[in-house]
Amino acid sequence: MERGAATGRALPVKISHVVKRYGSVRAIDDVSLSVSAGEFVTLLGPSGSGKTSLLMTIAGFARPEAGSIKVGENEIVRLPPHKRDIGMVFQNYALFPHMNVGENIAYPLRLRGVGKTEVAEKVARTLDLVQLSGYAERRVDALSGGQRQRVALARAIAFEPGILLMDEPLSALDKQLRERMQVEIRRLHDRLGTTTIAVTHDQREALTMSDRVAVLHQGRLMQFDTPRQLYERPCSRFVAEFIGESNFVPVSVTGGVARYGDLALQLAEIPSNTVNQLLLLRPEKLVPLNGTIPGGINRLVGIVVDAIFQGDSLLLSVRLSGGHEISARLPNRRFGEHGIPAPGSSIEFGLAPEDTLLVAEA
Amino acid sequence: MAAATDMAGSERGGMLLHAAELEQDGRAERCRLLSLCSPGLLLTLGLLIAPIGWLFWFSVIDDAGLFTIEHYARIWTEGAYVQIFLVTFQVSILVTGICLLLGYPLAYCLSQLPTRWAGILLIGVLMPFWTSLLVRTYAWLVLLQRRGIINNVLVDLGIVDQPLRLVHNLTGTVIGMVHIMLPFLVLPLYASMRSIDGTYVRAAANLGASPVKAFFQIYLPLSMPGLVAGLVLTFILCLGFYITPAILGGGRVQMIAQRIEASVHLFPTWGPAAALGVVLLVLTIAVLLFSHWLIGRLRRRGM
Repeated sequence: MERGAATGRALPVKISHVVKRYGSVRAIDDVSLSVSAGEFVTLLGPSGSGKTSLLMTIAGFARPEAGSIKVGENEIVRLPPHKRDIGMVFQNYALFPHMNVGENIAYPLRLRGVGKTEVAEKVARTLDLVQLSGYAERRVDALSGGQRQRVALARAIAFEPGILLMDEPLSALDKQLRERMQVEIRRLHDRLGTTTIAVTHDQREALTMSDRVAVLHQGRLMQFDTPRQLYERPCSRFVAEFIGESNFVPVSVTGGVARYGDLALQLAEIPSNTVNQLLLLRPEKLVPLNGTIPGGINRLVGIVVDAIFQGDSLLLSVRLSGGHEISARLPNRRFGEHGIPAPGSSIEFGLAPEDTLLVAEA
Repeated sequence: MAAATDMAGSERGGMLLHAAELEQDGRAERCRLLSLCSPGLLLTLGLLIAPIGWLFWFSVIDDAGLFTIEHYARIWTEGAYVQIFLVTFQVSILVTGICLLLGYPLAYCLSQLPTRWAGILLIGVLMPFWTSLLVRTYAWLVLLQRRGIINNVLVDLGIVDQPLRLVHNLTGTVIGMVHIMLPFLVLPLYASMRSIDGTYVRAAANLGASPVKAFFQIYLPLSMPGLVAGLVLTFILCLGFYITPAILGGGRVQMIAQRIEASVHLFPTWGPAAALGVVLLVLTIAVLLFSHWLIGRLRRRGM
């Protein structure tokens, strides 16, 4: 479906040098971020990373010490929240309990002086969009968690705001529903094309829904990239650890040769300068070798410490020859061929050069 | 043999192990709970229901002990009584209204403060309860009288030439009653406001509501159950109020409770006073039922 077909009102957001302190703590430490029109961006970080503070600053509920926030051409950093024209899905949905579903969605429209028939029409259309047709007369407390989530979303997009904010929109839902809603929100975004900024602490949610993810840590922007880049090319140890599962082993680089212990490694990129760095090993990129030894790949030898069956995969803890314990994940389909490795047995993994990445120690 | 019985049991819908004993345990537990309430139930029966029955009995018998409705007829036909009921309602409405204007902002302020500070300030609201009603009423008499502190200050500052008539009239009655009634409005209202999630008002602002609109369209409706409860409590207490109007009203403000007291002295029997008491009780119950209905309606609207 064509982007922006429904609203045609997607606006870019430009956040520049925003600083927000709580006492001596820098909740937002000089963050700059440009979101293109129609893009879905997620602010991802552990608690206390400043992601929610940044979202509240955009919505106008927190006043930064300094910085600029532009939506389209308009500077909004000094505007009160009710003049910002930003839709928002609150963490607990904040659906007004004294209004029914339809009245909740109509509320922003009535505030904007939209005529009665047009309000009814838009409410029906928005409910249809979130697959809740015919729910207008329902009481809010008669809805399930997933339905409330949809109504909150409907209310936030009903008045066709230039941008849409979502504060941990799915955190109140159970796992299965959450995963379904992630896909649904993503599809809805593709239909509407509204510029969207969401906050989450769930990295999988961020990867699933977003065009780009901004990883925040201690109030600072660590990396702002596509999900693929973030996972495959994290720029720091923090990002690599926060997104996906990861193991690190120390690697020394001298004269253009990277070594793990005595083992010379073939890497995708070798830094020119002589530094000690960490080799990032994603558990699923380690492929057990079964006698056959293809050329051109790195071979890591270790002893199985334990093997845990986790349904879709087998999680192996392996002590490498250099003494570092790492984990490796074998998909269910693959380990059936060899049987589950017994603890204490030796195992050999292959690691393709294009699956390697060095990150800085700190 | 035992195995055969078990088989039969399981065929009828699973094994029923200890079913009879478990049900007996449940019943015993409910009985113990009920026995805990029994002192309260007996007290209510002995000290509330019985005297009200007695009161009602007195109101429908004449001097000779025969059935009569003359006491009620007197209330209806004599203008003075109707006047007293009107004054009672006027004073109660006025006092409740002033309590609303003073109490709502106060409760709102308290509800927005951090819990620690709100707790400290709530003690301030509750402080009047620590002294007796009589003491507080006489304190107002001292403050408001012709040569009281307030009039002296006003005259000394040249704001007024003559001391104001602040007591022994409606003004004094209302001032005293508002002071005494305010906590009864603030406490339920505060409790209800505390439970209103701040994100509702944020959500309203986000959707485009100015602070004034967010207050009237979102916050006020959400605080309504607590507000109605507080208003009803205040109003009902006002209806039967005796000491403060008697002392600060100086005889110029006649409310029902005073009239009941006067009737006890005036008439040889309990009948007329009892009839007034019954009418007051019925009116109070009517107000309670109305508020109950109103709160129920608000609840159904989801508040």
